[in-house]
Amino acid sequence: MSELALPKVDKNILSKKPLIVSDLKKIINKDNVLSDADEIKPYETDALAAYKNTPLAVVLPENTQEVSEILKYCNNENIKVIPRGAGTGLSGGALPLNDAILLGLGKFNKILDVDFNNNCVVTQPGVTNLSITHAVKHKGYYYAPDPSSQLACSIGGNVAENSGGVHSLKYGTTTNNILGAEMVLMDGTICRLGGKTLDQEGYDLMGLICGSEGLLGVITEVTVKILKNPQTVKAALVGFPTIEDGGNCVTEIISSGIVPAGMEIMDKALIDATEKFAKAGYPMDAEVLMIVELDGTNSEVDGMLKEIEIISKKNNSNSFKLSKNEKERMAFWSGRKAAFPACGAMAPDYYCMDGSIPRGKLSEILKEITRLSKKYNLAVANGFHAGDGNLHPLILFDGSKKEELKKTEEFGAEILKACVKMGGALTGEHGVGIEKRELMCEAFNDDDIQQQLSIKKSLDLKNLLNPGKVYPILRKCAEEGRVHVHRGEEKFPDLPRF
Amino acid sequence: MFTEEKKNSQIYQDSNHFKPDTEIAVSNLVKDFYKKKLPINLHGTNSKKYIGYNVQAAKTLNLSNLNGVIEYLPEELYIKVLAGTPIKIIEDLLEKHNQQLAFEPLDFGYINDGKSNKGSAAGCVATNYAGSRRFKVGSVRDFVLGFRGVNGKGDIIKSGGTVVKNVTGYDLSKVVSGSFGTLVALTELTLKVSPKKIFQNTIVIYLDDLKIISSLFHKILGSSNEISGATYIPDEPKSKKFGLNKSRVFKFNDLNNDGPFLAIRLEGDRVSVQERLKDISKELELKKYKTSILDNHQSVPFWTKVNNLELFTSTKNNLIRAVIPPSNSEKLMKFLGNKSKYFIDWSGSLFWIEVPEDDKIGQIREFISKNEGYMTIIMKSENFDFKEKVFSTDKAKLMISKKIKESFDPKSLFNPGRMYREI
Repeated sequence: MSELALPKVDKNILSKKPLIVSDLKKIINKDNVLSDADEIKPYETDALAAYKNTPLAVVLPENTQEVSEILKYCNNENIKVIPRGAGTGLSGGALPLNDAILLGLGKFNKILDVDFNNNCVVTQPGVTNLSITHAVKHKGYYYAPDPSSQLACSIGGNVAENSGGVHSLKYGTTTNNILGAEMVLMDGTICRLGGKTLDQEGYDLMGLICGSEGLLGVITEVTVKILKNPQTVKAALVGFPTIEDGGNCVTEIISSGIVPAGMEIMDKALIDATEKFAKAGYPMDAEVLMIVELDGTNSEVDGMLKEIEIISKKNNSNSFKLSKNEKERMAFWSGRKAAFPACGAMAPDYYCMDGSIPRGKLSEILKEITRLSKKYNLAVANGFHAGDGNLHPLILFDGSKKEELKKTEEFGAEILKACVKMGGALTGEHGVGIEKRELMCEAFNDDDIQQQLSIKKSLDLKNLLNPGKVYPILRKCAEEGRVHVHRGEEKFPDLPRF
Repeated sequence: MFTEEKKNSQIYQDSNHFKPDTEIAVSNLVKDFYKKKLPINLHGTNSKKYIGYNVQAAKTLNLSNLNGVIEYLPEELYIKVLAGTPIKIIEDLLEKHNQQLAFEPLDFGYINDGKSNKGSAAGCVATNYAGSRRFKVGSVRDFVLGFRGVNGKGDIIKSGGTVVKNVTGYDLSKVVSGSFGTLVALTELTLKVSPKKIFQNTIVIYLDDLKIISSLFHKILGSSNEISGATYIPDEPKSKKFGLNKSRVFKFNDLNNDGPFLAIRLEGDRVSVQERLKDISKELELKKYKTSILDNHQSVPFWTKVNNLELFTSTKNNLIRAVIPPSNSEKLMKFLGNKSKYFIDWSGSLFWIEVPEDDKIGQIREFISKNEGYMTIIMKSENFDFKEKVFSTDKAKLMISKKIKESFDPKSLFNPGRMYREI
C-alpha cells in the first residue's frame, strides 16, 4: 500500500492528551470518553481497512447539546475532530488522525418520530438505514435509498456520503430522499435545516451537507421521506453473447422510456465467480448478464417486461428468464449480492473500484478495463449499476507480491481516469474520502477546488473537522489505494457489497 | 478591460448594461467589477424579476445571450444547455423526443402580465420552483446534474457533471438552485430529463368539506397508484378585491367549475391509467362523492393552467407561496377561510395565496411558521410594506447563508439584498 499523506500531527495536542481527556469528561458523561488503547482500537479504521490510525480519544456524545459543546471546545483548543457513523464507509472518510478526537454517533440510535400523516420519519443519525424501513413496513412503507451495507450503515453516514443503492435509478440517492436535518458546525452552532415540508427556502444547505463527507458539520438528526411499497415488483435475468449487446440493450431500454427500479450488469468473470459461490441459477453461456427489476402497478410492470423482452431479443439476448414469485426474484439478486465474497474466494486480495460513466459508454469502459487487465496482467470481475452508469470493477490480486499491489493501484487509477475522460465521475457512491483524494484534480481544476475549499473554510475556519479528506493535500495527482481486501479480511464481511 | 470606450464590443450595451455572449466574457467582466467593487444586477431573461427585493446595483449583467443547446443525449436522459437558454426552447426540443422536464417548470408570465413567459434555464434553477408533479418526482434542484458558472471573483467554476450518480466533492448544484443569482453567474446547466408519459387522465372530485379534503390528500400521498398531481381549487371569495378567474381558466367540457373541486392526475400508458382509475376509486371511496373524469385532451391543459398560476392572472395583489407539512393543510384552509383567494397543490403541501391587504401578511406568516412551514412573497402589491420579509429564515441559517455567500462572492457583488437585506 502506498504511504498515505495525512495532515501534520500537532505535537502540542498529543502532549496535552491527559488534559484534553479530562476536559472532555467534564463536558459529557465520563464513561463516554474512551482513551485507553484497548478501548479505542475498534475505532482505528472504517471499511477501508487497509488504512489504520489511532485517534487521540473517542467521544460518544448522547445528545445534540453535547455534540455542540464538544465541537466548541475542540474549536477553541484547535483539536481536530473526525465524525463517525457506523464506520461502514468504503473510502476512508472516518479514518482517525493521531491528534484528533473521534466523534462517534453510535449513541444517537433512536427513531424519534414515525409520522405517517406526513410520510416521514424523524430519526437520530446513528440509526441504521434498514431500521427505518423496519419501523414503517407494517403499514406498507419503506425508505428508498438502499446501499448494500444498509443492515449496518447509519442514516447519518448516508447523509454524509449521499448514499445510493441498486434502486437509485428510479428513486434517487439520499439527497433526493431527505426532508430535514439538524447539524452542528465546528464552532458549536446548532442549525435546523428543512423539516417535514418539501424543499427549503433560501440556500439549499441540506443539499450542501448531503455528500460533504463529514467536512462541513456533524449531523445530529435527520428527517427522511418514506414511500408506499409498489404494488408489484418483478425481475428478469437476461443473458447476452457479447459486451456490446448487453451495453446496447441497457441504452435502448432507457431510450424507450422505461425507467426500471434497478438494472445491473455482470460480466463473464463475475457471473462465473458468483454462480460458483451463490448458485443463483445464472445462465453460464452468457458473456454478459443483465438483472432488470421493475416496480409499479401490475399491468404497467407486465407491459414494461414485455417491451424489455422485445428489446433484449433485438439485441441478441440468448436467454430471458422472468421471476415467477418473490422467492425467485430474491434468488436472481443473490448472486449479484454475493459479488464481493465470491471475488474474495477467487483471489487472496481484491480492490473494489467505484466510478460513474454515461450509460452509453458501458461497452467502451468494459473494453478499456479488459485492455487494462491484459496490460497489468491482473484479473478483474465487473459488476455495474448499469441503469445509472455506476461501475464496481473488482481487481483480483495477491497483496503478498509487492509488485502486484503497485500494479493494482495503477490499474485502479487508470480505470477512474478513463471514467472521467468518458464524461463520468471519480466516485458514484462510495465517496472520495482519503481513497480518491489525490485524483480529484482529474475531475476538477484549481478554481473548482478552491471554490469548494472556500466553502469549507467559511464553515470551519481552522480546518479542524475531518481534515485531510476529499481534497488533495499533496496538490498532485498521486495514485492511491482503493477498497483493499486481504484474504477475505473485509471489515463487515457479512454485509453484501454490490 | 470592459470600459465605456469599448462601445463596439459585442458584450457592450451601454456603460452600465452588459450582455456577454461567452462564459469567458462573463468571467472577464466580473473580474473587472470585482477589482472595482461594483455591485451587479445579475439576470437572465428577467421573467421573474418581481420576486425578491429590488437590487440596487451599479452594473447590470444580462446573461440571456448565453443561449443554445450544447448537448442533448435522449438515451442518456440529460440535456446540457447554455444557462440563458429559454425553457420553452428546451421543452419543445424534449417534446420531439417524447421527453420532458419532469419537475414541470412554472410559468410566471401569466401572473405578471397575462402572457406566457417561462424564462431561462438559469432562472428556473435559480428560483427552484417546481410544479404540480413535485411531490412525486422531486424539485428543480433534484434534476440539476451539474453546472458551470462564474463566481463573485470572476473565476469559472464547475460542479457535478452529466451522470446521475456522482459524489465527487460538495454538491454545489444544490446550493446554486434557489439562490436567486446571489452566488454564481450560471453559464451552463446540465439537466436530467425524463421519458414523457404518453397518456393521462384527471379525476375531479366535487367537495368542500375541509376535513375530507385533507383526509383525501393524505390517502393520495400514501397511495401506491403513482398519482402525479393533486390540487384543490376552492371557490373564489366574492370580493371586488380579487379578479374572478376560476370559471374562465378551468373551462372544460367535463368539469363543473361552479363549486370547489379536488383534481387528481394519473399518467402512464392507457391500460395502466385505466387500471389505476379503478383502483383509486376504491382506495379513495369515490362512490361517496360526485366526480368526473378529464380525458387526455382536457387533462393536459388543465395541469398546464395550474402550473401557469392562471387563477392569479395579472394580479395586482400580493401573492404568497407557502409550503407546510401536508397534515397541517386543514388548519391552514380553516385559517384562510373564504376571505383569501387560494389554491392548494402538491397534495396538501403547497398553498398559493393571494392577499390584498398588506397587513394580513404578517398574520399568515406567523400561522405558517407555527405550523412548521415557510412562505415566500412571490408578487408584491403596489403598496407593499417593505418591513415584511420576502423570504423567511432564522438566525442560525442566516448566519450560515452569509458565510456561504462570502465563500462564492466575497465582495457581495451579485444581486445584493435580493433575498435577504443582509446578504
